[in-house]
Amino acid sequence: MDKFSKYTKNFWIHLILIIVSVISIFPFLWLLSTSLKGAGENIFAYPPAIIPKDFTWANYVGVWHKVDLMRYFINSMIVAGGTVLLNLILSSLAGYPLARMEFKGKKIAFFSILATIMVPFQAIMLPVYLITLKLHLVDTVNDTMGFIGLIMPFAVSAFGIFLMRQAFLAIPREMEEAAIVDGCNVFQVFWKVLLPMVKPSLAVLAIFTFIGSWGEFLWPSIVLTKEAMYTLPVGVNNLQGMFSSNWRFIAAGSIISTIPIIIFFLAMQKYFISGENEGAVKG
Amino acid sequence: MYKYYGKRAPYLFLLPAAVVLILFFFIPFFQTIGLSFLDYSSNIYHAGFAGLKNYIDILHNPIFYKVMFNTLLYLVVAVPILAIFPLFLAILINQKIRGITLYKILIYLPVIVSIVVAAIAFKWLYAEQGILNYLLNVMHINSIGWLTDPKYAIYSVIIVTIWKGIGYYMMIYLAALMSVPKELYEACDIDGANFWIKHLTVTVPHIMPTIALVTTISSISAMKIFAEIYVMTKGGPLNSTKTIVYYIYEKAFENLDLGYASAMAVILLVIVMIFSLINIFCFERGKYNL
Repeated sequence: MDKFSKYTKNFWIHLILIIVSVISIFPFLWLLSTSLKGAGENIFAYPPAIIPKDFTWANYVGVWHKVDLMRYFINSMIVAGGTVLLNLILSSLAGYPLARMEFKGKKIAFFSILATIMVPFQAIMLPVYLITLKLHLVDTVNDTMGFIGLIMPFAVSAFGIFLMRQAFLAIPREMEEAAIVDGCNVFQVFWKVLLPMVKPSLAVLAIFTFIGSWGEFLWPSIVLTKEAMYTLPVGVNNLQGMFSSNWRFIAAGSIISTIPIIIFFLAMQKYFISGENEGAVKG
Repeated sequence: MYKYYGKRAPYLFLLPAAVVLILFFFIPFFQTIGLSFLDYSSNIYHAGFAGLKNYIDILHNPIFYKVMFNTLLYLVVAVPILAIFPLFLAILINQKIRGITLYKILIYLPVIVSIVVAAIAFKWLYAEQGILNYLLNVMHINSIGWLTDPKYAIYSVIIVTIWKGIGYYMMIYLAALMSVPKELYEACDIDGANFWIKHLTVTVPHIMPTIALVTTISSISAMKIFAEIYVMTKGGPLNSTKTIVYYIYEKAFENLDLGYASAMAVILLVIVMIFSLINIFCFERGKYNL
């Protein structure tokens, strides 16, 4: 290919990718722009101005004082942190025997876990709620129970169990044999020998569980009754009701709520865009 | 290798996960089916056996057909776009040009950001005097009620779902593209094939399983849409954006008609399970070593 046609070809590729990139971030940019416009500027002005003319931080200060966004953030951290921790523990515990042991009922266990993939949470959410109520895992009892109730239905997933099972399958059996010869029992083999070897899979599971839990909206909006227990998505949705038509505040609150996850994404970007962990986020 | 673990060890390891799955998955699964045969419509505290009454009620309810139609519309509009456009993008991005990482980050950003924030951002774009109506006016088209006109509302919501899914499916395609042998492209270049011929004859046949996978997973997620609707339209105007999950939510948690909601949930269950079975046994066998 001659140089000229290569340049024109790259030009078209860049043009398309730039357009798609702009479309991808424009809704956020427009929200950001609105959040920085002062009372002296009409946010419905035609033609719309992307760069604020009456630039101000006042909307951020205002929403920060009126809404306890820090509380929502901490709640989200507790729920996402707890969900990640439980997923790591329960998935690796369950993945190990499925990868390495022979026992009665292994096939049944395997297919039961596989079956859970086929059933969407949305279809069983009503009984899940009834059971959560029965177990008193709701914020009307106390905050701790409320958090447990937010976490438990997502404490383990078939995706995590199978991911860990695959990781254990990839470890050479000699590792365990050596450990047994050295006098380890089965729990020590698991804890001291195998678990350190599946750290990369644990990292993948942690990151994708975190993203999923952080964005979860349906379940918290069903179980939560107290505003002090709101996670970020529920709290941000609630901004709409609090500031009915004050789009400057709604925009500022939404932007603040997005900052933590964007930092997390940029820090962990290689896990998301390297192409190695494709399909790990639940759709 | 001899059995270094005792008889009880495998069960002990499985126990914690089993407790969670039984409590929050298997019991609710069977309870959903059970509840669908009970009648809560007259008294929430005292259900009577209803037989197939809830299912018959659903089939006689025009809203059910509206909901199914909306879901079908979602499938027909969103799924083909989500199966094809991200592939096109992945092919463009799978080259040695400058700025690839930045493009990937920007296009993937909507996947990461909470759907609630995304829906609020779009609600603002869709506002009556919002920026999209301004663009229409510039093109000498009258403003439309993006979320308030029953003709357009469902498409406005579908746009959000598509916009949020593109980066996700693009990454799935990018991973698949790595497995296409480079020699085939070189052969095409020697033959002087253009971009479209090259990719239609080499890329597409090679990654057909991935295209099928994306089709089934985007179909399954289209049937589970909830947050977009809840934040933007609450199912309105005139039920024009009511989807299956929103309908279940409304019946269960607002109307407290647990039986009816459960029967609707069973219908969702059956549809999603069919798609999932296709998915697991046709495209994801390797993932589970079946």
